[in-house]
Order: sequence, then C-alpha cells, then structure tokens
Amino acid sequence: MSAMLDEPMQTVERPIPRSQRGPAPTHVTTSYGMWLFLLSDIVMFAAFFAAFVVLRDHTAGGPAGRDVFHRHTVLIETACLLFSSFSCALLGAGVEYRNKRVTYAAVAVTLLLGAAFMVLELSEFAQMIADGAGPGRSAFLSAFFALVGLHGLHVACGMLWLIVMLAQVATLGFSPKVVRRLLCFNLFWHALDIVWVGVFTVVYLGAFT
Amino acid sequence: MLGKLDWSAIPTDQPLPLIAAGIVALGMLGVAAWITRRGWWTALWKDWITSVDHKRIGVMYVLLALVMLMRGFVDAFMMRSQQAIAVGGAKGFLPPEHYNQIFSAHGTIMIFFVGMTFMVGLMNFVVPLQIGARDVAFPTLNSVSFWLTASGVLLLNLSLVIGEFARTGWLVYPPLSELAYSPGVGVDYYLWAIQIAGVGTLLSGINLTATILKMRTVGMGYMRMPIFCWTALTANLLIIAAFPILTATLAMLTLDRYLGFHFFTNDFGGNAMMYINLIWAWGHPEVYILILPAFGVFSEVISTFAGKPIFAYRSMAAAALAICVLSFMVWLHHFFTMGASADVNGFFGVMTMIIAVPTGVKVFNWLFTLYGGSVRFSVPMMWALGFMVTFIIGGMTGVLLAIPPVDFITHNSLFLVAHFHNVIIGGVIFGAYAGYNYWFPKAFGFTLHEGWGRATFWCWLVGFYLAFMPLYVLGLMGATRRMQHYADPDWQPFMIVALCGALCILAGIGCTVVQLVVSIRTRAQRRDLTGDPWDGRSLEWATPSPPPPFNFATPVQVNGLDTFWAAKREGMPAPGLPEMPAPSAVEVPVGTGTGFFIAFFATGFGFGMVWHIWWMAIASLLGIAGVALKLAWRRVDETDIDGDAVAAIYTARAGEAA
Repeated sequence: MSAMLDEPMQTVERPIPRSQRGPAPTHVTTSYGMWLFLLSDIVMFAAFFAAFVVLRDHTAGGPAGRDVFHRHTVLIETACLLFSSFSCALLGAGVEYRNKRVTYAAVAVTLLLGAAFMVLELSEFAQMIADGAGPGRSAFLSAFFALVGLHGLHVACGMLWLIVMLAQVATLGFSPKVVRRLLCFNLFWHALDIVWVGVFTVVYLGAFT
Repeated sequence: MLGKLDWSAIPTDQPLPLIAAGIVALGMLGVAAWITRRGWWTALWKDWITSVDHKRIGVMYVLLALVMLMRGFVDAFMMRSQQAIAVGGAKGFLPPEHYNQIFSAHGTIMIFFVGMTFMVGLMNFVVPLQIGARDVAFPTLNSVSFWLTASGVLLLNLSLVIGEFARTGWLVYPPLSELAYSPGVGVDYYLWAIQIAGVGTLLSGINLTATILKMRTVGMGYMRMPIFCWTALTANLLIIAAFPILTATLAMLTLDRYLGFHFFTNDFGGNAMMYINLIWAWGHPEVYILILPAFGVFSEVISTFAGKPIFAYRSMAAAALAICVLSFMVWLHHFFTMGASADVNGFFGVMTMIIAVPTGVKVFNWLFTLYGGSVRFSVPMMWALGFMVTFIIGGMTGVLLAIPPVDFITHNSLFLVAHFHNVIIGGVIFGAYAGYNYWFPKAFGFTLHEGWGRATFWCWLVGFYLAFMPLYVLGLMGATRRMQHYADPDWQPFMIVALCGALCILAGIGCTVVQLVVSIRTRAQRRDLTGDPWDGRSLEWATPSPPPPFNFATPVQVNGLDTFWAAKREGMPAPGLPEMPAPSAVEVPVGTGTGFFIAFFATGFGFGMVWHIWWMAIASLLGIAGVALKLAWRRVDETDIDGDAVAAIYTARAGEAA
C-alpha cells in the first residue's frame, strides 16, 4: 500500500481533441471552402449524369452515340486533360518553391493543353451539329451536349481563371492570397479531370459497349 | 435592340398589378425621401450596403424576408378571397390567368424569399457569435450571397409590372412550363430569379459550413456547440448537397426553352417525369433546409426559458444529422401517383414514416427539457409551445399522406395544401418569429414589446387554425388545389371560414409591424444594457448588445456546453471581454461594394435573358467579371480597430449601465 503511495503520481497527458483546438489558419479554411464548392459542383454534374443515363436511349429515331462519337478524338482529348493535370501539379510545385519560371512554364503548358482540349471538343460539337446531330435532334443528344458542354464550360472558365492568376503572380508576386488562390485553382482543375474520367466512361465508353 | 420587350409588356388592362406596383413605388419613394431628409444615405451605404459584418448581413436578410412575407401574404389573401366568392355562377374578382400567376408567385416567394431568407438571416447573425468566431469564414462572399438573393427578389417583383409571372405553380412542372405551353416570359422570370438567388444560397451554405467546421473557438468541440449550430450545420450541408440539383434541373429547363433542347418536352424523347424526380430530389431536402434551423431556434428558446440545459443533447444532434441524411431518401412521396411500382412506392412510404422518428425524438427532448424547468412564458416561448402543438398535427397528417393508397385519394387536394402549410407555418414561420423576438435585443440593444408580441402570436395561431383546418375537410370532400372557381356550394362555408383565418393572420402581420414601431419609439425604456436580457446560456449573450463589429475582443476559451451560463453561475466574468484597461487592437474585414455591384449586374443579366436582350446580358456578365477582378487586386483586406477604440466600445456601455 505504502509502496503504491510512494510511487510518483502518473500525470496522464491527454491530448486536446482535434475539434477543440480552435479556429483553423486561413489557408486551411479557404481550401476547405473550395472543397465544399467542388463537392457541390460534383453534385451538379451528378444531376446531368443522371439525366444522361435516363435519356441515353431516347434517340427519337436520330443517331445513337456509336454513330456520332469519334473514339480517336476522345482519346486525344482525354490525353490532353490528363497531361494538363500533370502540368497543373508542376504548377503547384513551382508555387511551393516560389519559382516564377517553373510556375509560368507550367501555366503555359496547362493553358496549351486546355486550349487543345477545347478546340477538339468544339470542333466535335460543330461537326455533329453540321451533320444534323445537334442538341435539338433528340433527348439523348440534348443530354449529351448539356453534360459534355457543361464540362467544357468549366474548362473554359478554369482557363480564364488561370490567365487571371498568371497576371496576379506577375503583379502581386507570391503573396499569401495569391498562393491560396493558386491552391484553389489546382483543386478545381484536378476535380475537372475526375469529372472527365466520368464523362469518358459513361458517355463515350458506354456508347461503344 | 430590346429583344422581346415593348410597351405591351406593361399590363395596362389589369388594374390590380398596376395599383400594387404604384403602392410599392410610392412606398419606396417615401422611404427614399425619409432617408434623404435624415441625411442617412452615406451611413446606409457605408454601414449596411457595403458592410461585410455577418450581423448586419443577417439583419438585412431578415428585413428582406419580412418585406417579402407581406408580399407573399397579399397573394395568399387574394386567393382566399377569390375562393370565398367564386362558387357556382360567381366568377370572383381574379381572372384565371391572373389567379394562376398569384398562386405560383405565392409559393415561390414564401419558400425562397421568406422561409429560406429568414432562416439564412438568423443563421448568419447567430452562428458566428455562438461558436465564438469574429465573423464567417468568407465575409465578402457573404455579402455577395445576400445581394444575389436580393437580386432574385427584385427580378421576381419586376415581373409584376413588366411582363408576367409563371402560371405553372411554384415548381414550374413541364411540359406545361415548356415553350410550347408557356410561351410568355413568366417561366423565364422564375428561372432566372431562382437561379440567381440560388447561387447566393449555395455560396451562403458553403460559407456557413466552412464557418462552423473551421472557425470554432478554442475548446468549442462539436459536442459543445449549441444545438442551433448543429441544426445550422445540417441545413447548410443540405444546401451544399441539394441546391446544385436545383441549379442543374432549372438549367435543363432553361436549355429546353432557350436553345430547343429536349430534356422534358413531349416530343423527341424528352421525359417530363425526370424533371419531377430531379426537382423533388432538391425539393424534399429543401423543406428540411427550412425546418432544421427552426428546430435549432426552438431548442435554444426552450432551454433558455426553461432555465435548463437541453435534454439529451447527443440525441438532439444525432436526430438533426439523421434527418439530414434521410431527407434525401423520401423525394418520391411527392408523386406516388406517378405510376411507380408498388414496391417503389412502398419503400418511399416507409422511409417517409422513418424520417418522422428523429423529429419525434426532438419533440420529446423539448418536452423533457420543459419538464421540471422554471418555465418563463415570454414571447419566444409562446411561439415554441404553439409550434409543438401545431407541428405535431402537421406531422401526423404527413404520416397519413406517406401511405401510398391514402395519397392516391388526397394527392393534389386541399388536404395536402393544409398539411404543408401546417408544417411550414407551424414550424418555419413560428420558428422565424420565435428567433426574431429572441435575438432582436441582441441585434439592436433593446427588447421588443411583449404585449404586441403576444398579440401577434395569438392572431397567427388562431388564424392558422381557422384558415387551414377547413382545408383538411375540403380536401377530404374532394376539393383540389389551385382552383380559381368551383361548382359545389357546400364547399363555400369552409372557404369563408378559411378567409376569416386569413383575416386573423392579416391582423397578426399588422401586430408585427405595430410591435416593431412601438418598440423603436419606446426603445429608451426598453434598452438592454446587460447584453443578456433572457438569462441566456450560449456565447452570443456574453457580448454587449448590439455586439461590437469583432464580436469578441479576446479569443474565447470554452470548457463545456453552456460555458457562459456556467461562468455566470460561478460569478466569473463573461468570456471574450477585452483585457481592460488596455485592450489590444482587433482586426476586422474591410467593407466592400462587391456584393452590391455583382448583384446589380446579375439583375441586369437576368432581365436581359428574360427578354432576350442579348447585349444587355453580355454586358452584365462583363460587369460581374470586372467587379470580381477589381476585388481580386484589392490590396487591403483587413483593418485594425485600435485598443482605445475597443476600450471605448465597452466603457461606453458600462457607463450607460451605471
């Protein structure tokens, strides 16, 4: 008994639970907000995906997917986007090391790949419309143009955003605000890639199976 | 040049909208003249319109909701009057095409611009205070959200005088809302007003979620948040998960109407039922977005006025989360008559009954919180008690409607109309009033008049029962919703009773206005200098009223649920007060006109799109981009309030109190 009392008191250091540690730093809160936005964006895409799946056989006597899609174009489009994700990651590294040269180069490559994707997609759209397979032809084509077009719109907006960020880096340097925004852009661009993987699988692969 | 817009858009042949618009215009001119006379324009611009303070934005949301409550109620009153008259040979005073616009506008306004707007306002005002934060996560974005909501309101109300509103009901079901059957601009007004306001709501949902999850003060663990923060969190999670579905659905209808797509048309393979599915996949979570914050208000009110901590805190939080998840699994009960198989209908019927369970848990917890408490029957508490009785009736009729065979009889009847008014008035509106009376002294530093508050409550309570109980009966007698005229004279007595109920509610709204005016005029006597008029429990009552722009001068340390209550009982000072006599400086975000200007251009964009004035739409988009770019290059985001100024805020209050 006495031996036990003589033992020094064990002070148990219980760590403060994570949820009680107080407000997060600004860059965490900002990117968290971006994550929430991307979550909502993906829900919006989910609604368009659902509509596409419901309407994919509603061709109303018009062409089906396998009649109008070009596998090779889509493959190149996909390659453009996936490589632009790589260059976007390089952009992240350039920002991390505050290296303007790497940053600018990565931005240029990302923009170039994005532009190539857009040109391919828009020419695909133009070709389809010229062939009488525009969005007004059938519910299937409506859903196709809306879903793929929405993704394209996101890519176009992302490119505008990236151009603005280029100007921001040039004029404001790597200020904390600019770095936070570049981080958010990175999240956005990668999310678009994930959506494209869905588009590629559901829309294009789905048409040929 | 002006697209489809010409002089025929002004409904010169219909006196009612023009008179209404004239009254509104006169009212606005009067307010403007009054502000000019007082010389308040600069203060209005600097302290309110460009403010990014979450408390001021919250107040503006609530004010907007109260104004829209009047507009929406006028619509309701016209419908009740029409139905009290238009039987047999009598045609009433509203032609069908006008009546159809009125019920569409009534639903749209009441859900989006009264219920949502009021609740978002309360959450904006209260949540950062309750979690001990200095503001929301993204203050400028918060201002943008508010002004986009205001932009939606403006567009919707413009339709009163320029053109027309949708005649399709508040959810603009296709194929009726397609170009083939609704060639006018009414549906377009609906689409752009809701789309613009919806972006605002989504941004606000992201903002408040990030605030609750990332900005809680030291020690404010999840299980120490007031229940209102839990319900606000679940409501905002629902906004993030549900509003994009609305955006997508309305975008599809817009593509149908503007670019000849075939999502929901009758021809070329369109599927109108897909719209109904999608819109209710948003629409059912939406009703929980409305009611969950109201549940939070009642939790705060009941625990404060019973003088007890909330009963079974954990189950309260768990119930809110359960409702949040389950609310996505019941949407099909809005259209059991679609013709899905019995298995599908059965599944959704059962899910609907299951979602009543967490709500029941909440009701019992409120009752047990009251049990053994020293209950004070102040105005917010009366609303809470009225809510419990009324909401339970509404919930029970809801469970009735959840049984598919019963729903086949009551679908689209006045029974349904009575049910959802029972839960929305009895839940959301009562919650809004409870929150308004409860937090008003916090926002303005003086309490609202008790007597007029009680009068408001009794008028609404009696008015609600008079107006909607007859509708249950009428629904079972076979009366359908949205009738401009009916043949059966047996229905008329019930309709007249319902009109009397609407008159009572009118008196209640009158009392609301009188209460506000009387309270402002006698504010000197009803000033609350303690900052804690109700003997409150949560952190918002630890600040002076109205709270300083930075909420808390020093970081708040929280040691458990109801830290402020515990501090009071132990005779300790309230948390978050400055270190006197020399407090340190406090950083606050700077105000900006970004939100106002973005909304200005968004209104222009919406108007241009409605009337096919393409140059206006493009110019407005460029305007939005310009405003955003200007903000992106802003050099100063925050400004310091120096220590002396901080001290002055607190000593001035202390001096008044002494």
